[in-house]
Amino acid sequence: MTLLEEPIPELARRLRRRQVSAVELARESLAQVERIDPGLGAFLRTTPELALAAAEEADRRLAADPEGSSPLCGIPLAYKDVLCTEGVETTAASQILRGFVPPYSATAVARLNALGAVPIGKVNCDEFAMGSSNENSSYQTTRNPWELDRVPGGSSGGSAVAVASRLVCAALGSDTGGSIRLPASFTGVVGYKPTYGRVSRYGLIAFASSLDQVGPLTKTVEEAALVLAAIAGPDPHDSTTLQEPVGDLLAGLEQGVRGLRLGIPREYLEVGIEAPVERVFESSVELLRGLGAEISEISLPTTEYALAAYYVIAPAEVSSNLARMDGVRFGPGAERAQSLRQAYETARHRGFGPEVRRRIALGTYALSSGYYDAYYLRAQKVRTLVAQDFAQAFEKVDAVISPTAPTAAFRLGERTADPLAMYATDILTLPANLAGVSGISVPAGFAEGLPVGLQVLGPSLGEAMCLRVARALERELEIWRQAPPLERVAA
Amino acid sequence: MSVATRVDWEAVIGLEVHAQLLTRSKMFCSCRADYLGLPPNSNTCPTCLGLPGALPVINREAVRMTIRTALALNCEIPEFTKFDRKNYFYPDLPKGYQISQYDLPLSRNGWLEVEVEGRTVRPGITRVHLEEDAGSLHHAGEIQNSPFSLVDLNRAGVPLMEIVGEPDLRSPLEARAYLTTLRQVLLYIGVNDGNMEEGSLRCDANISLRPRGSEGLGVKVEVKNMNSFRSLQRALEFELRRQSELLDAGGEVAQETRGWSEAEQRTVSQRSKEEAQEYRYFPEPDLPPLRVSREQVEEIRSQLPELPPARRARFESQYQLAPQLAGLLTARPQDSQYFEQVVGHGVSPQLAANWQSQELQGLCNAANLGVEECRVGPAALAGLLRLLEEGKISSRSAKEVLAEAFESGRDPAQLVRSKGLGLIQDPEQLGQLVEQAMARQPQAVADFQAGKTQALRSLVGLVMGMTKGQADPVLVDRLLRERLGSPQA
Amino acid sequence: MQQERASSPSGRWIDLEEVSKVSSLARLGLSEEELEGLARQLDQIVAAVAKLSEADVSGVDPTAQVGGLHNICRDDEPRPCLSAEAAIGNASQTSAGLLRVPAIQ
Ligand SMILES: [Mg+2]
Ligand SMILES: [Zn+2]
Repeated sequence: MTLLEEPIPELARRLRRRQVSAVELARESLAQVERIDPGLGAFLRTTPELALAAAEEADRRLAADPEGSSPLCGIPLAYKDVLCTEGVETTAASQILRGFVPPYSATAVARLNALGAVPIGKVNCDEFAMGSSNENSSYQTTRNPWELDRVPGGSSGGSAVAVASRLVCAALGSDTGGSIRLPASFTGVVGYKPTYGRVSRYGLIAFASSLDQVGPLTKTVEEAALVLAAIAGPDPHDSTTLQEPVGDLLAGLEQGVRGLRLGIPREYLEVGIEAPVERVFESSVELLRGLGAEISEISLPTTEYALAAYYVIAPAEVSSNLARMDGVRFGPGAERAQSLRQAYETARHRGFGPEVRRRIALGTYALSSGYYDAYYLRAQKVRTLVAQDFAQAFEKVDAVISPTAPTAAFRLGERTADPLAMYATDILTLPANLAGVSGISVPAGFAEGLPVGLQVLGPSLGEAMCLRVARALERELEIWRQAPPLERVAA
Repeated sequence: MSVATRVDWEAVIGLEVHAQLLTRSKMFCSCRADYLGLPPNSNTCPTCLGLPGALPVINREAVRMTIRTALALNCEIPEFTKFDRKNYFYPDLPKGYQISQYDLPLSRNGWLEVEVEGRTVRPGITRVHLEEDAGSLHHAGEIQNSPFSLVDLNRAGVPLMEIVGEPDLRSPLEARAYLTTLRQVLLYIGVNDGNMEEGSLRCDANISLRPRGSEGLGVKVEVKNMNSFRSLQRALEFELRRQSELLDAGGEVAQETRGWSEAEQRTVSQRSKEEAQEYRYFPEPDLPPLRVSREQVEEIRSQLPELPPARRARFESQYQLAPQLAGLLTARPQDSQYFEQVVGHGVSPQLAANWQSQELQGLCNAANLGVEECRVGPAALAGLLRLLEEGKISSRSAKEVLAEAFESGRDPAQLVRSKGLGLIQDPEQLGQLVEQAMARQPQAVADFQAGKTQALRSLVGLVMGMTKGQADPVLVDRLLRERLGSPQA
Repeated sequence: MQQERASSPSGRWIDLEEVSKVSSLARLGLSEEELEGLARQLDQIVAAVAKLSEADVSGVDPTAQVGGLHNICRDDEPRPCLSAEAAIGNASQTSAGLLRVPAIQ
């Protein structure tokens, strides 16, 4: 039993009452990582000195102004390694950034630091967030704490595992096609992908700029709301952040779903959802119906083209975003290169893993003259249709619900040889990124012992709606109280 | 081949000009735009270094200055414009792409009025768009022998306008005149410092040949590395000669990029068409597009200053100046402002024009200064010229005083007083000198009286010499005539 | 702009030559063997994304960004930069404060 099993609001109460100190929490978190993480591989590196310094500062603040301090003051957090952290190595799980120590922090990280949150370390992910299983990390394998021979999901697998395993209270991840929601579903935690532009991308190492969003992974919906509220809002460093005020994300949390119209996209149920996952989904639907929600079937007709559009647009942006990884200003260079071309090619050949190469190649191809119209431009038009689908759906319903993924966590190695099978993992999550709408995955049950999430999609800036629906389910199921069986991995 | 059948080749030239904007900060980050003289890589931030995770934010003033330029070049400003990424690898390009504009630039379809050898031509401007500058590369010793290149990113991200001209120029001289006029416009509207040597204004040229009178287009060669007006003209003259010789000999011009070698005074092949870049332009996802309201366009238009052709024409009519002189005095906005201030002090425009464009400009050129930077202000020059107009000093003295004032920064009128350079107008004093002169040159006296009136000149000259040029020559003339009486018929 | 292409005349969606060109453009530095492997995978992936050609997109405008934002600009105010040491602190090869790369040709 660890203190870190408690939700953040409870820990915040104890911190304010001095029943526990931030330093004690930080030590507990670091000890848990040391004890449990070797069997899980969530952390790429911990930052004990920073953590303890931040914790001491948090304790000072809590002592000086207990009621005025943020509920996140003194709370141990972990950051996906695609978020720049000033003075702390940041690699995006890629060899090409090995040793890179950013001189600045991502806005989301800086905002949490400013509130007194305690940074425990950087967590693993797929290389440059490209993957659905976390197996594309070039540093280590991260395991699913529920069954160690299964993937945690990706790309924010380290974030999900760190939270699921109670190593930290919350973690930041990033979601380009489902990279927060999918690992949240696979590991039994809450994962929130905000509306595009709701959270600053400044300092998030770009995967696909027009799709990327930073978001929280937490045990509970309320924690997700707390972290989201802390990081959301306009940022002068990110021109794509939305100007609308964030509002109170906690106020409507307990309003329930009575009278809410929830739509189930017919097309989402036709993608080959495995029976145990489908059963969990059906029981969630029944539960929500029982709570007074009006459930209806809706149509998102462009779904069949969304995956193809995504796998053109995202790689196209990747091919450009990763051009800066050239070994000149950061990362291992090519010391003995004889020519400029050789220097670039050596640094990039050594530095990029197979999936990253694949996507760079695909994106370069899709943007090349002769193919631009057939692939990139057409994908952008399909993107318009996907967004229109959602806009029309949200005229009829308040939120859209579906399974987060067609399956529960699959076995390590099961899909690595087949890129297309791996890509299909994101089929239910990536349309939301194409449309820019908000989405959450909340634990909905277990399929043959493995956690399974319910995805709730809300309209743009529909953060409060997603959280409210997710919270209604959470309140009934209380799955967050079940921690994975960790004793067998404890060192 | 006989001379009669030789093809008369006509050059078809279009210029692509890159001009750094005189903003305070860079295009997409808040580092300084004025990077000259700073220690290497000290004017950088995560954004202009292209660090992972860093994002661009548009500099509002750079957009404004580009619209201002486009309006001065008679362009249309579309209501919608956006930035795109131009992807290529180069060590001075930290992100591996340049944020530029592709299919929806800030402006298009303009023109520029250019005077060349007394004719007026009106070459088209295809577009003016906004992008970011690259960093700079340095080499230890000669670039050909250097084993490595060194990268300074202080310049990376400085706002850069690309002004693409239509292939409407028909000779190297026209091209030079176009660039000169374009630079003049940029200086007038205060968006660029016009410094070609420092590279804040850069020019590439496309040139092809065709038989004069034909409408077709020949194979185009791109010429780079010209960092002065003269090298532009020379490079194009070289290409005109090289291509016509090739064609005359039955050869073909290769489509390629060539660089001007100042040392060798010739162009050298750099890159052939087959190696041409595949830039994979696509919309910059990190920057929302821009909507330019018509009100904003009209507001910027209303703030445009009088532009060079209009000012030149006004100088000709308002001040009755010869076209060439009007041209000189409107070369730079500072020149014309200086002139109008001198005239504003009541000096005759012709006198002011002559003195500014010759004496003062001569001093300035020697000191490598603009008139606005020199120590003789418009009021000081006007004071001096008024003394000259009133006949209080000789023009020789005025020149001396101007030179001294230019050096010392002292007021010229005061210098005149303190040096006693005012004209001697005392009839008694001059009368004595006149008599001395007559005594010294009896032959001249006799010649005058015999009817050789030009003999008077040597007597006047003698008196002027005796006074070191300070005698009032009109008074001396009168006094001499009084004493000599009328010449014999 | 560019013409659309529905399929490859060779029956493959993307051939080795195209993959090689792409690898060169992107400075991936792939070996022959790696190129062949990548060509096989890309062929499958391109075949899958070519499903796009079936979508009816007539009269549909492309979407490059979903935020619907316009005219997001900043004031022209210089702010402090990184120190030169911090700027090149992560570089593998430097010389007198400058970044060093093999000579440009
Ligand atoms: Mg350009
Ligand atoms: Zn900067």
